[in-house]
Amino acid sequence: MSTEMQNEAEIFRGTTDGETRFKDARSVRGTPKAGMPAFVLGEELAEMARTDPRIVVATADLASANRTNDFKAVHPDRFFDFGIAEKNMITAAAGMASCGLVPYVATFASFSAILGAEQIRTDCAYPRMPVRVIGTHSGMSMGFYGTSHHALEDLGMLRVMADLTVICATDANHLRAILRKSVDHPGAMYIRLGRGRDPEVYPTVPELEIGKAIRLREGKDLTIIATGSQVRAALDTAEALAAEGIETRVVDMHTISPLDRAEIEAAASETAAILTVEEHNITGGLGTAVAEVLVDLPRVPFRKHGVPDRYVEIGPPAALYAHYRLDAPGVTAVAREFLAAIA
Amino acid sequence: MTDRSNVSLAVLEDRAKFIRKETVRLTRIAGAGHYSSTFSCAETLSALYYSQMRIEPSNPGWDNRDRFIMSKGHAAIGLYPVLADLGYFDPEELETYTRLGSKYGDHPDMKKVRGLDFSSGSLGHGLSVGVGMALAGRATGRDYRTYVMLGDGEISEGQIWEAVISAGHFKLGHLVILLDRNGLCIDGHTEEIMSIEPVHERFASFGWDVQRVDGHNFEAILGAFRNLPEGTTGKPQAIVLDTVKGRGVKRMEMSLDWHVGNLVGEDYDEVMAELEAGLQPYEPEPAE
Repeated sequence: MSTEMQNEAEIFRGTTDGETRFKDARSVRGTPKAGMPAFVLGEELAEMARTDPRIVVATADLASANRTNDFKAVHPDRFFDFGIAEKNMITAAAGMASCGLVPYVATFASFSAILGAEQIRTDCAYPRMPVRVIGTHSGMSMGFYGTSHHALEDLGMLRVMADLTVICATDANHLRAILRKSVDHPGAMYIRLGRGRDPEVYPTVPELEIGKAIRLREGKDLTIIATGSQVRAALDTAEALAAEGIETRVVDMHTISPLDRAEIEAAASETAAILTVEEHNITGGLGTAVAEVLVDLPRVPFRKHGVPDRYVEIGPPAALYAHYRLDAPGVTAVAREFLAAIA
Repeated sequence: MTDRSNVSLAVLEDRAKFIRKETVRLTRIAGAGHYSSTFSCAETLSALYYSQMRIEPSNPGWDNRDRFIMSKGHAAIGLYPVLADLGYFDPEELETYTRLGSKYGDHPDMKKVRGLDFSSGSLGHGLSVGVGMALAGRATGRDYRTYVMLGDGEISEGQIWEAVISAGHFKLGHLVILLDRNGLCIDGHTEEIMSIEPVHERFASFGWDVQRVDGHNFEAILGAFRNLPEGTTGKPQAIVLDTVKGRGVKRMEMSLDWHVGNLVGEDYDEVMAELEAGLQPYEPEPAE
């Protein structure tokens, strides 16, 4: 099997299309594999559960794809595979939460967030149950598996639900921080992951406050507000623009709901323009949420970048990111066009 | 814990009457309510809360209490008076029933109703909640039972069968379905709208122990409760309660006109008097 073919087969397992900058990697069978960042979901939860008996984990026939089998290996009595029955899993997690447990339930975002949306609202958010619904392989990271397996609507669907925290993991260390903070966070949460082996932004586990954005880079000419997979692209864009003398502020807006309004206000008053970048339908997600804040403020040049409001092409993820300009060169080009338009 | 194992049938019959009369009274406050779906499960609610369940109303958060989920949430109007009567909250609070800002709506909210183990209203969810509660009991080493009241129309929801499969798989012997088999959904007889029979065989084929009893006969209901096994493993338990939708009020029995209704004036007084007289033998309308 060629390297390229192997990577395609492993999209399902969460690879990075040949990214090579990462270490501490594991292959899909749990053995270290050079060139792949770790998919830490299961191992981090397993570590947390050693000292916290409230933590239980469930999945819907995807324990290997989302690495919750790393949890199962350590805590088999606190792991539940519900089979291909996401609605039952999410609602049952709410039942467990009502009895004092803190359940983490993980499956592809297309099925946890989109298929399970009513269960998230009615059984988790509304009764304020501490269920942590995890959507892995979000956005179009499932590539050629197609629209059924993409989740480009989840942020829009879930951020309008009251009493539901919606948060995007940026990379492995950021996910660790989210998970550690989530245990005692009140109410229900939706935690959005990419393929779980996402390009590194945080070399160590960052200080994290849910609902408070992380400013990764200072600048006055432009602010890029990004979330999830696009934070890396935003940083790379800032680096490219710096070579041209453009100073770019980069904000990791990990929490989509509740939104860090103060950080948006700061960007509007302290920098010359705002660009949002997200791996999500251009309607309803991060950009729309930011626009809802900006509409109350003095006018600042603003553009939102994401996936157009139509079902995307299929293809290998890296090709899709390039096609929709959601990689570093693409975001850089979008930023240049935006700055030229307002110059 | 209060010992209620020797409660008399007369008391249970009286409490079923109380449930029906309170349903009629509270519906008048709201201007509309689910009479007939509540009347069909009045005996089961009475037997459950006044005899069977291991509960302590002075301590609603007791972690080893039995749980009850009213998955057919539209029958909450029959549950609220029971919870108030048992002391979970002041019965006076029910005077606000469904009015602006009330804790007590047509479908129940666990964050507002003291003694309510879970919210409901969207049909098909409650059995999954029960699966989670039963799994949590096992994970935390507790031996409480979880009872889930399902409507017969409700089990057309696909999520019910996800939960049925999983309870059999996880061997949740301390999970109990109470199926209110009253025969009617909103648009007609279940067997005409979406047939579910032979429902007891369907549950059994998914690995459940099934009993099928007269849901208006206390001795039969209590007998089914006595047959429930001890312990938290083994086959999950289903009790199919054959009931009559609208039971207790002649004009409502097996009528499609009373799923939601409102009695006023003389009709209200007549129905209250009919309920006060107690259950009369059920006489189905002769087939046309």
